[in-house]
Amino acid sequence: MRLAATPSQTVGPFFAIGMHTVDIAPEPAGERLTIQGRVLDGDGNGINDAVIETWQADSAGHYADRSPRGWGRVVTDASGTFRFSTTKPGRLPGVGDVVHAPHIAVTIFARGLLKHLFTRIYFPDEPSNASDYILALVPDDRRATLIALPSGPNRFEWNIVLQGEDETAFFEC
Amino acid sequence: MDRQPKTRVAFSGFRRPLPDTQPGYLHPSYVSSRKRAPSKSLITIPATLTEVTGPRFASEDLATRDSDLTRQHSGAPLGERIIVTGRVVDEDGRSVGGTLIEIWQANAAGRYAHESDQHDAPLDPNFSGGGRLITDGDGRYSFTTIKPGAYPWGNHDNAWRPAHIHFSIFGPAFATRLVTQMYFPGDPLLAADPIWNSIADENARNRLVSAFDWEATSPGYALGYRFNIVLRGREQTPMEE
Repeated sequence: MRLAATPSQTVGPFFAIGMHTVDIAPEPAGERLTIQGRVLDGDGNGINDAVIETWQADSAGHYADRSPRGWGRVVTDASGTFRFSTTKPGRLPGVGDVVHAPHIAVTIFARGLLKHLFTRIYFPDEPSNASDYILALVPDDRRATLIALPSGPNRFEWNIVLQGEDETAFFEC
Repeated sequence: MDRQPKTRVAFSGFRRPLPDTQPGYLHPSYVSSRKRAPSKSLITIPATLTEVTGPRFASEDLATRDSDLTRQHSGAPLGERIIVTGRVVDEDGRSVGGTLIEIWQANAAGRYAHESDQHDAPLDPNFSGGGRLITDGDGRYSFTTIKPGAYPWGNHDNAWRPAHIHFSIFGPAFATRLVTQMYFPGDPLLAADPIWNSIADENARNRLVSAFDWEATSPGYALGYRFNIVLRGREQTPMEE
């Protein structure tokens, strides 16, 4: 017999009382980088009450086992801006011969979102993007929404557009 | 020409929701969804290593391990003391032990201890309203808190949120993440609440309403409410390319 999963409800505006922010523990070796961006609504306005969780492999392409390593949580400020620092994830093994391009999985919660959204951040100038199985599922004209833009040494800009023409490609699995 | 092996690219996936048992993104009567709901289709992807793994928290990872929200300050908070307890399982009924649950709520007067809450109801210096714990090996959890009050909000004329407690649960994988709200039985405000009513299926909606439960009470100390949580389960067969 199958039970039905509990329905989702919005995180609302007061999540900070229960959901504390968590920095991603840095890896001593590995390429440190900072990603900054804004969460924008359908009018292009910044959302000041979004919470973003990230999950990623380490620089060798391994996910933590039974630990929160590689996981973090940040919130947006008054302008809708978020920022986090981490280590660049490595390429990841898939089943069989498949190799996935380096990416960071992102979950977005906010007032007005009855269910969370999830998507991925990929990196520019990464040859393995061309053969990444998930990126290939994204229509050509939306793929750029998943690729962070260089904004300085070890710095990237990546925005989340919830609605409209430039809407970020969101996933379900 | 290169050999093209028929390679399996995905892991055993997660079950799709049963029809109407989850809200959509756009629910126009919930005004905040109008400019925040995505307007394009979500892209369906197979589960990869990224979605089948997830963070695991131990009690020492938590700054404060707080399952009793009535004992976080020097005095006792005002309001009706309650125990909220239940079990976290997956869609096959298997226990989800060792997973982090975070909760947050308004105080008994319907006011959150948050700078953005401007409702003209008193703050309670003895109540912060946040708690967290890790489920035991059988997926069971128990919080002690006070019953939150209803509060007005700006969604529509004379709009009031029914009393509720926010729940955040991780489960075993990135794909099992759930944030939801627990409500209280018999609340007349539920029928008019656009957030609760965003779930089309009545039975699914009612699964967010806790049950008053004598067995969950602590005699002479606190009343008890039971709220069981079901996280997404896995498909039985992996997807093939």
